Amino acid sequence: MSSETKQILTTDGIPLEVSLKKAERRNKIKAFLLVAPLLFFLIITYVFPIGDMLMRSVDDKMVTNMLPKTFKAMETWDGQELPDEEVFEAFYLDFRQLVDNKQEGKLSTQLNYTKNGFKSIIKKLRRKSKNFEEGNYKEQIMAVHKRWADVEYWKAIKRRAPAYTGQKYLKGMDMYKNESGEIVSVEKDRRIHRVLWLRTLEIAFFVTVFCFLMAYPIAHLLATLPMKYSNLLMICVLLPFWTSLLVRTASWMILLQQQGVVNDFFVMIGLVADDARPEMMFNKTGSYVAMTQILLPFMVLPLYSVMKTISPSLMRAGKSLGGTPFIAFWKVYFPLTIPGIGAGCLLVFILAIGYYITPALVGGASGTLISNQIAYHMKSTLDWSFASAMGLMLLSGVLVIYWIYNKIVGIDNIKLG
Amino acid sequence: MALPKYTEPHYRIWHYIYLTICGAVFFFLIAPLFVIFPLSFNAEEFLSFSDGMKSLDPDAFSLRWYKDMIYGTKNPWGLAAKNSFIIAIFATIGSVILGTVAALGLSSRHMPYKGLIMAVLISPMIVPLIISGVAIFFFMAKAGLAATHTGIVLAHIILGTPFVVITVTATLSGFDHSVTRAAASLGSDPVNTFMKITLPLILPGVISGGLFAFVTSFDEVVVVLFLAGLENTTIPIQMWTGLREQLSPTILAVATCLIILSTLILVTAELLRRRSERLRGINR
Repeated sequence: MSSETKQILTTDGIPLEVSLKKAERRNKIKAFLLVAPLLFFLIITYVFPIGDMLMRSVDDKMVTNMLPKTFKAMETWDGQELPDEEVFEAFYLDFRQLVDNKQEGKLSTQLNYTKNGFKSIIKKLRRKSKNFEEGNYKEQIMAVHKRWADVEYWKAIKRRAPAYTGQKYLKGMDMYKNESGEIVSVEKDRRIHRVLWLRTLEIAFFVTVFCFLMAYPIAHLLATLPMKYSNLLMICVLLPFWTSLLVRTASWMILLQQQGVVNDFFVMIGLVADDARPEMMFNKTGSYVAMTQILLPFMVLPLYSVMKTISPSLMRAGKSLGGTPFIAFWKVYFPLTIPGIGAGCLLVFILAIGYYITPALVGGASGTLISNQIAYHMKSTLDWSFASAMGLMLLSGVLVIYWIYNKIVGIDNIKLG
Repeated sequence: MALPKYTEPHYRIWHYIYLTICGAVFFFLIAPLFVIFPLSFNAEEFLSFSDGMKSLDPDAFSLRWYKDMIYGTKNPWGLAAKNSFIIAIFATIGSVILGTVAALGLSSRHMPYKGLIMAVLISPMIVPLIISGVAIFFFMAKAGLAATHTGIVLAHIILGTPFVVITVTATLSGFDHSVTRAAASLGSDPVNTFMKITLPLILPGVISGGLFAFVTSFDEVVVVLFLAGLENTTIPIQMWTGLREQLSPTILAVATCLIILSTLILVTAELLRRRSERLRGINR
């Protein structure tokens, strides 16, 4: 074929290539229009709000907007000695404005987060500032309370100047920026978030391991049994899968309580004394047991669908070539199930790492996860920006795992039941 | 799975150990559900087996918690059940329509940026629920839809569509597109072709996706906890509150009803799956 070949024309006289491209584009647009309603719905109601979380987690405009003149005047201040009259005057003007709008309470709360001791001196300033005379604000403000003459407090105000901050993320890792701007960890006994992150990883990891160890034999049994038996046994996997999460959690609460069935059984077989029944709920044990049972179907189903495709003659071939059943299993069967193992493990791990309901009900104080902390800040402390920051930290972890999952299995291969 | 006659004794022992382990795991999976049944008929107010129940004394059993569930004074279950069904039905309809249409587009081979768009569409399934809950709450609060049925229905559509997209795309992967071309060549317009040819063929996938969406909505508690006001209470919310505050056997009566419901859904889903596999020519 050379470029001199005559162009092929359609019946309308348009070159075929052009006509094909046009048809192709029309098909593309058609396909896209079908996807568009759902795509835009999700972008507006779901993707943007997650972006909104990002904005909230770094947003620190509150103080910036409350003291605009002060921060403008502070731009030229070197932050070593006490600021000069210009800054004090700007601060006085901003402050009067806030008092007029009854906003000074918010300012004192916010500044108190940055440095303790602002609450009382702002209250005092509000009372005294009514009688301030014009001019020489520096001396008048410093006369209100000795802390107003302390440069550390002015430095604290200046630290709130930027409109954005990564402080919430640092807090999520139990770190903070100290007065000289270095990032340091909080004292050892106050590192609650690191404990939670580690515990979340630990529980998710062990739940995945337990699920794998339990799911592998039964998936194998289901895949090798004749249809009529395996269908019956499959119900044991699918019924819990379709049953309400809360129902399953409730049944574990009944089983694991101190007067519960499991403890009754232990006493009956003489494992524990009647008056020394172990506490199996409201601690890590409760979280482990309940989460493993609840997430087990998510491990069985991908393993089963992979094992179903492995021909039994492969094992027979392995054995006939002289391998013992164990060697045949380890060298032939097991490697073939690795895609299923990858899918199941990552699915269970992703689900476990974001678990909320079950740990909240059976986990007690020592079995709760990072999700519970997020919910706590959303509902109780109302520190939404902190909840957003922790949520995004969790999300980025999940996305990394998801990316690995996609590399290994591909998202198109997710199988549901 | 009988062993061949020539199996050596120690493999025989291993085999029985393996079967015992499998039996134990199946027991672990299914037994917890069956604890709820007998206890929901408990005549007493405790959540453990009374001595009367252990000796099968008929007086130890009663229907009082079922009566309490239905007629109990100031009981929230009636309103909760009504809300749950209304929300789940509308969320299912929304998810099925949006999800099926999107799946049709996604399985076209002309679809640009397929991977990226698929990732966005199924993201609500991968992102931990607590994060979805926070994000959806921010949106609904801004849109003025917090504590309304509409808000919760929209939230459940977000969570339910990935299931519909996945099941319908899977059904469409075995779909022979020449039948729609045949319909078109016989003069059928696309809408007619879809209603008369495509939809009946992919219906099992659509319905099983719809079932997933229904169950997702009916069982969803994390997002509703952020969104619901007192008027929008649902069955999962009531169970959550009940389990946290006072564990009354009424919850077990509700749980029994829910297990029966999920059994029905399981049977339907299984029948559909088999029908769909038969239609797609997968013989197992």
